[in-house]
Amino acid sequence: MRDVYIVGIGMSKWGEVWQQSLRDLHTDAALKAIENAGVDHIDGMYTGCMTGGMFIGQEHLASLLTDYMGMSGIPAVRVEAACASGGMAIRAAFIEIASGMSDIVMASGVEKMTDCSGEEATQALAAAADQEYEVFHGATFPGLYALMANAHMAKYGTTRDMLSAVAVKNHHNGSMNPVAQYPFKVSMDQVANSVMVADPLHILDCSPITDGAAAAILCTKEVAKATGKPYIKILGSGAGTDTIQLSQRADLTTIKAATIAADSAFKMAGKTIKDMQFAEVHDCFSIAEIMVAESIGKFEPGKAGPAILNGETALDGAFPMNPSGGLKSKGHPVGATGVAQIAEVYKQLTGQAENGRQIPNSPKIGMTQNMGGSGGSSVVHIMEVA
Amino acid sequence: MTMFSSRNWREYPQRYRREASKFTKSGKVYFPKRLVDPETGDREQETVVLPDTGKIVTYTVVRIAPAQWGDEGPYALAIVELEDGTKVFGQMTDCNIDEVKIGLEVRLEFRRVQSEAAHGVLSYAHKFVPKWY
Repeated sequence: MRDVYIVGIGMSKWGEVWQQSLRDLHTDAALKAIENAGVDHIDGMYTGCMTGGMFIGQEHLASLLTDYMGMSGIPAVRVEAACASGGMAIRAAFIEIASGMSDIVMASGVEKMTDCSGEEATQALAAAADQEYEVFHGATFPGLYALMANAHMAKYGTTRDMLSAVAVKNHHNGSMNPVAQYPFKVSMDQVANSVMVADPLHILDCSPITDGAAAAILCTKEVAKATGKPYIKILGSGAGTDTIQLSQRADLTTIKAATIAADSAFKMAGKTIKDMQFAEVHDCFSIAEIMVAESIGKFEPGKAGPAILNGETALDGAFPMNPSGGLKSKGHPVGATGVAQIAEVYKQLTGQAENGRQIPNSPKIGMTQNMGGSGGSSVVHIMEVA
Repeated sequence: MTMFSSRNWREYPQRYRREASKFTKSGKVYFPKRLVDPETGDREQETVVLPDTGKIVTYTVVRIAPAQWGDEGPYALAIVELEDGTKVFGQMTDCNIDEVKIGLEVRLEFRRVQSEAAHGVLSYAHKFVPKWY
């Protein structure tokens, strides 16, 4: 297996971007990544998108998108694993370079979520749950994570303050991120007093609906060196699956797919969680960040909530989580999220995080964890300064 | 989600009769039915009917409901562990949502879950009611 590097990233505007279509958002991020990397071509492209078909009625995305990038002809395919589509696109590009098949591959992600009604968007997102045995009974995504939250609170004594602390921290970080959809700070009281969506989750426990795209250029060491641009090394890639129907899991208080993905990525990297200096994790809901932090082994079960509340995962804490602002503040264009996590790690490891968002003392190694649905799939990447 | 009649009809054994798979080697019961035991790979199975009582292992109250259930919101959802250890998901009904809690004993009743106006399909399945109701 060949070593794989990341040599450039690009992000479109994130938010309710009414001026730009799905193809425009993607083209913007893709061309920025190519320019940022300083490469003159790409050999192929993997694009994460959860459901262009349900959001805007557009499938067959990879051909459309390469055409609008002015690169029609290159092999390209769309990758789907619900909200983990972006991370899986990174993994697909990683495999293509590691295998020796290509030298420069783009991994991108895109979702256009505001060209439909809120009702249609909810329906599209619900497609990541079991249609016949969850959605049929009236399940919503906040509802599914709320089921996990109540189970976690009952088992470990996780509190409202611990959930609120996730949102407060991530909004604080996101307030310094120039692409964030909601770059403002929120207080503990604001989170706790915001509208209840599905008990115990309030609206400020939830990530938003977002338009956006992100792209990264993966390549060999030779290519990375030749560009003269800063680059990082992908040490490990791991993915895992679990039942998509929540009720069929043995333990509702942990994300098994994330544990499998992390263990596999650590094994490939020859590292452990103790070696990690920070993480970008999938905080689609506040409870998700707590459960993921435990599932990847950073904290014992039941200990992540108190640690987050105590500031251990703040930007200047012992183990910063979601320096980008996470899905909560940065936004969550589902297919793009996993790629944007990689983009943040690239910025942090190359010292390019903007506006005071840079983690102190130049971190050398970090990880991403991206999740599909209520935890039916997960993908983890470990990256190091090259 | 648009529910065509064939799609609804295929689910009758599970939704109308609570039929589940019991695999020979492991003795494990899965709902809904499946072709392979995920633990052992066993394909030999018999059809069993799930018990109709159990208790709530976790729940939520959906306050912002999809349009389909707009008129019924807020409503409670729960994962219930049945007496045989099988877990099933569904909606609570005939109860005060403030009384729904972990450990609450419930009964599965056959109720209308959805009425899909565009195609006129009425979909029935279990809903949970408090056992004392």
